Amino acid sequence: MALAKRIIPCLDVDQGRVVKGVNFVGIRDAGDPVEVAKRYDEQGADEITFLDITATHEARGTTVKMVEAIAEHVFIPLTVGGGIREIEDIRRMLNAGADKVSINSAAVTNPDFVREASEKFGAQCIVVAIDAKRVAGSGELGDVNNKWEIFTHGGRKPTGIDAVEWAIKMADYGAGEILLTSMDRDGVKTGFDLGVTRAVSDAVNIPVIASGGVGNLAHLAEGVTLGHADAVLAASIFHFGEYTVQEAKQHMSDAGIVMRLD
Amino acid sequence: MSKVISKTCAVIDYGMGNLHSAHGALQKVAPDCHILVTSDPAQILAADHIVLPGVGAIRDCMGEIRAQEIDQVVAEVAKTKPLLGICVGLQAMMTRSEENGGIDCMNMFPGQVQYFGDNLLGDEQRDGTGGRLKVPHMGWNQVEQVAHPLWQDIKDQSRFYFVHSYFVTADDQRQIKGRGHYGKPFAAAMGQDNIFAVQFHPEKSHKNGLQLLQNFLSWDGQA
Repeated sequence: MALAKRIIPCLDVDQGRVVKGVNFVGIRDAGDPVEVAKRYDEQGADEITFLDITATHEARGTTVKMVEAIAEHVFIPLTVGGGIREIEDIRRMLNAGADKVSINSAAVTNPDFVREASEKFGAQCIVVAIDAKRVAGSGELGDVNNKWEIFTHGGRKPTGIDAVEWAIKMADYGAGEILLTSMDRDGVKTGFDLGVTRAVSDAVNIPVIASGGVGNLAHLAEGVTLGHADAVLAASIFHFGEYTVQEAKQHMSDAGIVMRLD
Repeated sequence: MSKVISKTCAVIDYGMGNLHSAHGALQKVAPDCHILVTSDPAQILAADHIVLPGVGAIRDCMGEIRAQEIDQVVAEVAKTKPLLGICVGLQAMMTRSEENGGIDCMNMFPGQVQYFGDNLLGDEQRDGTGGRLKVPHMGWNQVEQVAHPLWQDIKDQSRFYFVHSYFVTADDQRQIKGRGHYGKPFAAAMGQDNIFAVQFHPEKSHKNGLQLLQNFLSWDGQA
């Protein structure tokens, strides 16, 4: 009767269209986020996360419409991240049908925004996204010299803030969940940065989603067994049809991890 | 298969969050049913089936429920109509919650709402780990069913999506219609006569959740 670990496919969207994952079998124009979301939903995804990379504030109206359309068809939790800077941004996404919003740069600029958002909407819908880069140590699990720092603006801007301390602070400020992305591993497909995943997961009492670096199914399982993550997020291994969510869940289950398979 | 009998279903809107999902999920399982998201007592009282959702903190929820006199409407509905509470909607139906320093609730089910705790430890047997459990209880967990029409066509021990830091304990064990476990046992579903209430989110629980909603709209309120 244990709580299952979660698999969360992640999609990048620009002005309401999916911009990654164009190579789906059977779909040439995989730009339709509703179709992509439905597919993951059918495959047994436990949640879906959308990262809104729309450049301008005005164009975000299309993202709201997209969330509305998806919420009509997909009955699992939806998270929207990217460009969440004001209370009004959160309200718009939640009203559109998102269950959670993910706050990244705005939390670093103004930590009180997280507190305010959590008090207003409840911790259950406030995810704080942390982009971490290793700045000391070997990165090997158990190296006491390992240190990771928070970066903003897509990993370009260092902040001098320690990732583990930041996670603790964000939990204290009312985050309901941490989405932890390793900037070193993002897109590299060599597996999660298990060091930072474990360090953050063990340091906070809220769920942690591991992200960045998944290249195969074993990596997903390691995120949980070695990284101590509560959920694992992946993009490309699902987008390009290498694996289905179902296969991933079966693999993790076979590795002894409690998963939702029904 | 349960057959939808509801012609009108009111989802009570008292300003506590997104009801888009609940509306969408109910409409999905009952395309011909008129699903209303409303705070209008007349509309709520006129509906065949009524849903009381809720998210966020109990103080804010109960504050709005009382300010908008939703409690009186719910009490009236509860006399005869099939009524479904969801998440904080369930917690609002209990006697009292210890959240926000202690808040009196609607007392439709005698029992308490308590915090899971900051040092919640798993039960090796039932939680799969003896180690620390994170709070909130977030994700898909199993529910041990107690016979009730709302579980029709849903396998016992099926998983539903939970997200909560406070849990329900019932004074009257006979009112527990679903048992959950997360460090400690809690009521995942409560029921009495024409009232049913769940801690999880059926509108976010994929096929099992949709089936439960369909069963609700097919239910005549006879337990």
